Amino acid sequence: MLDFPIYLDNNATTPVDPRVLEAMIPYFTKFFGNAASRNHAFGWKGEEAVDYAREQVAALIGADPKEIIFTSGATESNNLAIKGVFEMYAQKGNHIITVETEHKAVLDTCKHLEKLGAEVTYLKTDIQGLITPEQVEAAIRPTTVLISIMYANNEIGVIQPVKEIAALAKKHGVLFHTDATQAVGKIPVDVIADGIDLLSLTAHKMYGPKGVGALYVRRKNPRVKVTSQMDGGGHERGMRSGTLNVTGIVGLGKACEICKTDMEADTARISKMRDRLEKELLTMEEAYVNGSVEHRLPHITNISFKYVEGEGLMMGIKNLAVSSGSACTSASLEPSYVLKALGLDDELAHSSLRFGLSRFTTEEEIDYAIEHVRDAVLKLREMSPLWEMFKEGIDLKSIVWAEH
Amino acid sequence: MAYSEKVIDHYQNPRNIGTLDKSKKNVGTGLVGAPECGDVMRLQIEVDEETGIIKDAKFKTFGCGSAIASSSLATEWLKGKSVNEALTIDNMDIVEELALPPVKIHCSVLAEDAIKTAINDYRVKNGLEPIEDTKKHY
Ligand SMILES: Cc1ncc(COP(=O)(O)O)c(C=O)c1O
Repeated sequence: MLDFPIYLDNNATTPVDPRVLEAMIPYFTKFFGNAASRNHAFGWKGEEAVDYAREQVAALIGADPKEIIFTSGATESNNLAIKGVFEMYAQKGNHIITVETEHKAVLDTCKHLEKLGAEVTYLKTDIQGLITPEQVEAAIRPTTVLISIMYANNEIGVIQPVKEIAALAKKHGVLFHTDATQAVGKIPVDVIADGIDLLSLTAHKMYGPKGVGALYVRRKNPRVKVTSQMDGGGHERGMRSGTLNVTGIVGLGKACEICKTDMEADTARISKMRDRLEKELLTMEEAYVNGSVEHRLPHITNISFKYVEGEGLMMGIKNLAVSSGSACTSASLEPSYVLKALGLDDELAHSSLRFGLSRFTTEEEIDYAIEHVRDAVLKLREMSPLWEMFKEGIDLKSIVWAEH
Repeated sequence: MAYSEKVIDHYQNPRNIGTLDKSKKNVGTGLVGAPECGDVMRLQIEVDEETGIIKDAKFKTFGCGSAIASSSLATEWLKGKSVNEALTIDNMDIVEELALPPVKIHCSVLAEDAIKTAINDYRVKNGLEPIEDTKKHY
């Protein structure tokens, strides 16, 4: 039996795994102590839970527990990493290297710093969404303090050559931060093997609760420091003040533990379903995958159905929760900046759907998605003047469109 | 964002999808919008040459549900009107009828433009001056 609507938007957020919820529950009402209360059992219990979660998070990414700073999520982690390094290493320079397809939490943080005197290089990706280590190296200046490049992209799932880039950063004595929000828990990420100095992650993309995440800050070779962006009681070794969200942190820890033990089995199952979904949808004419299929997360596919507009398409598959790079939902009328950055025509960006699978996705749900997406695309193409022109062999580029 | 029932109805049961023979003298075609903006509407009218009444109207639209509904509604309203009456269709009538939210008003604007463009195409084909659009939306 299918439960509607079917959730296939797991790159936006995931449901909380029941095992995670179970671990969290006692910390709402029974073990509610402030982890910073040193003088009674309630506090100790909270601190113990936080310490344990710190180990669980560290274990998933190959870090030392002391290198984990709890935050409210990846947005905060990105802010802390980038602003914190910019401030802490101001003596050394003011130049930051990042990529056009980063999440807004990185891009807008960089824009903010530009107003404060930072110089930022925004690297362009190729049509696959990838950047090369050579591009990064060419952008390094004597004043470069930070390279911030996402592990995997949230719209197309493309995985950047993080290890190679980190090695170059090290060679030039530049710190390397990665927004690994989409990658952690889905593919093996190891801060030592990959050579990462700072790493952002969040619980709600890996079956944990919303509003909790972490920043990994390397303590050895080199010892990295960030200036706190939230001042107060000096929690998290002074780098992030604020009473710890013990319940959320317990959830994050448990989510990391499960991802570590289940990753291989989950990936095998999920990627098989993803591949089937993709293959079936690509049997339609004029359907294209956006971004590299070779260097990609196992649970996502982003497909453009040419001559059909994404929001209109989503309306035709209302039992499926997916997202679109179409801009019709936004007031700006601008389609996805990520797809545009790949150099796709705006038209293809408007025609895109993102499918994100999870460990709870079933084969039946994929069957349903294949059938209904296909029907909706065919129906809308019958209504599409562009499809008709395409079928008549008219080159849409030859038409002078009235700009609106 | 939730769609109004009328938008959903037009989306699910679009009226008058199709193509008229644009080479015919009594057919006017309006193609407006642009693929890179995410909406393109093509609206066509067929005029009864004796009476000046629009006897058929067809559309095809690439766009969101509101764009599809706006053009579907426009074809419904066009049928049976004289060409001059058709010129009085205002985008705000469409907004009201379909209960479009503010971010979707541009869909109704596009539909009005499609109507005017189709009528002008018909007028020019029949040796008449195109009507100046006195209402600039952009
Ligand atoms: C790549 C990436 N970075 C950062 C974020 C922001 O994470 P959070 O919602 O935990 O602040 C997201 C999620 O929206 C993301 O996909």
